Amino acid sequence: MITVSVIFLAFCHTDPDFPTAVVDVFIPPLRYLILLEEGVVPCSHHCRVVRLLLFPRAGAERKQSCCLHKIHFILLFSRQGKLRLQKWYTTLPDKEKKKIIREIIQIILSRNQKTSSFVDWKDLKLVYKRYASLYFCCAIEDQDNELLTLEVVHRYVELLDRYFGNVCELDIIFNFEKAYFILDEFIIGGEVQETSKKTAVKAIEDSDMLQETVEEYMNKPAF
Amino acid sequence: MPAPIRLRELIRTIRTARTQAEEREMIQKECAAIRSSFREEDNTYRCRNVAKLLYMHMLGYPAHFGQLECLKLIASQKFTDKRIGYLGAMLLLDERQDVHLLMTNCIKNDLNHSTQYVQGLALCTLGCMGSSEMCRDLAGEVEKLLKTSNSYLRKKAALCAVHVIRKVPELMEMFLPATKNLLNEKNHGVLHTSVVLLTEMCERSPDMLAHFRKLVPQLVRILKNLIMSGYSPEHDVSGISDPFLQVRILRLLRILGRNDDDSSEAMNDILAQVATNTETSKNVGNAILYETVLTIMDIKSESGLRVLAINILGRFLLNNDKNIRYVALTSLLKTVQTDHNAVQRHRSTIVDCLKDLDVSIKRRAMELSFALVNGNNVRGMMKELLYFLDSCEPEFKADCASGIFLAAEKYAPSKRWHIDTIMRVLTTAGSYVRDDAVPNLIQLITNSVEMHAYTVQRLYKAILGDYSQQPLVQVASWCIGEYGDLLVSGQCEEEEPIQVTEDEVLDILESVLISNMSASVTRGYALTAIMKLSTRFTCTVNRIKKVVSIYGSSIDVELQQRAVEYNALFKKYDHMRPALLERMPVMEKVTTNGPAEIVQTNGETETAVLETKPPPSGLQPANQANDLLDLLGGSDITPVIPTAPTSKPATAGGELLDLLGDLNLTGIPSITAYNKNGLKIDFTFERSNTNPSVTVITIQASNSTELDMTDFVFQAAVPKTFQLQLLSPSSSVIPAFNSGTITQVIKVLNPQKQQLRMRIKLTYNHKGSAMQDLAEVNNFPPQSWQ
Repeated sequence: MITVSVIFLAFCHTDPDFPTAVVDVFIPPLRYLILLEEGVVPCSHHCRVVRLLLFPRAGAERKQSCCLHKIHFILLFSRQGKLRLQKWYTTLPDKEKKKIIREIIQIILSRNQKTSSFVDWKDLKLVYKRYASLYFCCAIEDQDNELLTLEVVHRYVELLDRYFGNVCELDIIFNFEKAYFILDEFIIGGEVQETSKKTAVKAIEDSDMLQETVEEYMNKPAF
Repeated sequence: MPAPIRLRELIRTIRTARTQAEEREMIQKECAAIRSSFREEDNTYRCRNVAKLLYMHMLGYPAHFGQLECLKLIASQKFTDKRIGYLGAMLLLDERQDVHLLMTNCIKNDLNHSTQYVQGLALCTLGCMGSSEMCRDLAGEVEKLLKTSNSYLRKKAALCAVHVIRKVPELMEMFLPATKNLLNEKNHGVLHTSVVLLTEMCERSPDMLAHFRKLVPQLVRILKNLIMSGYSPEHDVSGISDPFLQVRILRLLRILGRNDDDSSEAMNDILAQVATNTETSKNVGNAILYETVLTIMDIKSESGLRVLAINILGRFLLNNDKNIRYVALTSLLKTVQTDHNAVQRHRSTIVDCLKDLDVSIKRRAMELSFALVNGNNVRGMMKELLYFLDSCEPEFKADCASGIFLAAEKYAPSKRWHIDTIMRVLTTAGSYVRDDAVPNLIQLITNSVEMHAYTVQRLYKAILGDYSQQPLVQVASWCIGEYGDLLVSGQCEEEEPIQVTEDEVLDILESVLISNMSASVTRGYALTAIMKLSTRFTCTVNRIKKVVSIYGSSIDVELQQRAVEYNALFKKYDHMRPALLERMPVMEKVTTNGPAEIVQTNGETETAVLETKPPPSGLQPANQANDLLDLLGGSDITPVIPTAPTSKPATAGGELLDLLGDLNLTGIPSITAYNKNGLKIDFTFERSNTNPSVTVITIQASNSTELDMTDFVFQAAVPKTFQLQLLSPSSSVIPAFNSGTITQVIKVLNPQKQQLRMRIKLTYNHKGSAMQDLAEVNNFPPQSWQ
């Protein structure tokens, strides 16, 4: 089976000026290479690092990391920094979520027009786009296709538009639960589930019909 | 008890609040009302109250007391209740709360509900936030729904299965049977989610990957239909049919084709088709092209396809859209290792991207630029990169400086250029340079013996004006301490020498010592420098003594220790002072590559089991005759024992200095190993940088007679303590009249650094008869094996 390379580090202090001895190690029957590396610091002391590198056999493949493509979370917020929707596809404590939201809103609101839609953030990528007064922000894995994520965001906006008819920020404020329902018909667990606009919106409208007659859920209310 | 206010009413009210305090007051009032309503177990309005709670939660207010209410809503029979209940569960509950497990039973019931929209709600919730325990309990239900004919449920079940696998990888096997017919679906939603499920399974398990490879033809067919089919309004995006599905299929093909020749070949055509036929005017087309390029580069595609892919990336680079340029730079960074020459063609565009306003683009352009620097373009590239260093954001400066040092060290066309470049970096980004750069630079300067005067002069001038940049000051102090005598004697050849007196030099070093801006480490450098000058300067020794004695009572312990020791040197050991403070010798060249690079290069070189004996000292006993008797039988040739060469005199400790000889790859003289009967064999040598025990010998056999030598075979034997590897020769015919040669590579492993010697046996056909000869090669130059 494939052995993973392991690095041992051994530090030893030596005399000032130049190191002389070589540390010998014998490890049967693995193949190994001893590298002597020195950091020469013209100060009163320095250490020498002896590295042992155990290499995998030739031709071994590196283990592929799983789950390379997934949306981690989606945020909608206004130009004043007010949150309008938050959908998380990973588990995080509430406090952590709040901190992340604050940080990301600040990063994106400070970007100017001339920059790209992608921001490197921690080990994720943020893909964002502004539609009128609302910012739509998706966090994806580093390996994911950013351009397609822009299309995902655009598709979500189109679904909202189709359901609400000329959607604006107020629609989303006053009908936030509908925005969630629509998102849940489009994306599950960070992956797209339906690529047809017609089918997704029809599912919401049919579900609406199922709702018992509690007035505020029958219509798309005027305010 | 009046009905609680409606959700929209509440939202409207809260929006009228003019201050944060006013809003908080309204919220608290409403929360109190909701709490009492919950206490009264009010079924009618529970839904409304939880909805309001969710709104307040989005504003940032605590809503945990609604968690149990969500569970009650989920258990209700009313669809309205369930809808809000599940939404609340997804927003307020997660696997870290114990309460969430109570949902499991409800979800299980709802998964078997008669209404598909209720089943959908349950699948969605499980797929978004189901914990491992829930997944384990409900995996069976999900698997059942995966086999249903209802496409609405099937697609959700597929994504739910993906989530289950992510949470509990061991359950992956149970979904295998259900995947049998997934790709036969016509429904795009099911197709898309099926591809996602298959991708997840293939990424996690090599066995699954092997199993699903047979799907490649089917996937290719589906993709082809998507591209060739006419306009389908339902799935169309700007003239492209279902880009989401296309991209996911491309991604799955990538995983299946990786490292597999047959699969890769099966997809070559479709990839070429997608690459050439996709509309690039809109973002959606470019998204598909991007995925195609990634796939082409990752599978075993034929070279024509790879060139096509790099050209697409090149076109992306020239696109006005910043997003496309960003994506191009990211991909090029991934491919620059494998397709280096192709990427080099786009070098000028990449360098232009250094001037972009977007931070992410600049960073990628910088990384890519460093990857593209080579011996030919180093001057031009460095100019651009130094300019970039001047003007870039602080977060880049450290990386950029390190990158410039590395590149300069590898490809510097001349020592002077190298030193100039270092100076430039130190003066423009001096405070951002990493700590480990200082010793490396000092070593570099020490080794450039002929540049000492020039270097110290430039450094002196640099810190005269400004001594706040610590790394610069440290390097400068060290150099002034070492080469101060060259400075005052005005010996610089490279540029106009400046007039500096000993006092002026001491002035600047003392200012460094006193200055508030100097770090403790820097002060240490300065003090040591001053001390060293006591042996190099003639008129100012007393001043130096005074300075040193002052710091004997410094608060800084390090400084104090040094000063006290130096003081002692003046008082009690003055006779040893000149020897101790002598000029530092040239240091052994050290690779400054980081660990990552070492792994890469070493992956390519041969590794060998090294012996346990410690390496020998420089001189060898000359009794090695016996080793050769074991070779090749026929010991009628008396081996000639050459006199052991003297090792180079060391100026200050360490046999490391013996390794000075093999610092360069070139410069080992080649030898003529054999020259008889018109057959001449030359040896040229190369030493491996990373493994000093390996010598690579290239033999060249030439023929000065009038007839060709055919069936030429070269054999070699070395003493027991060596190891030999003979690679295949270029041919077996040596043409006549020296009109061509046979070359062959020999690798010799010589861990004990013994004197290299070799016996060779030559067999060939010449003038119709078979010839054979044995010979010894003893004239190996010392640099080839020491």
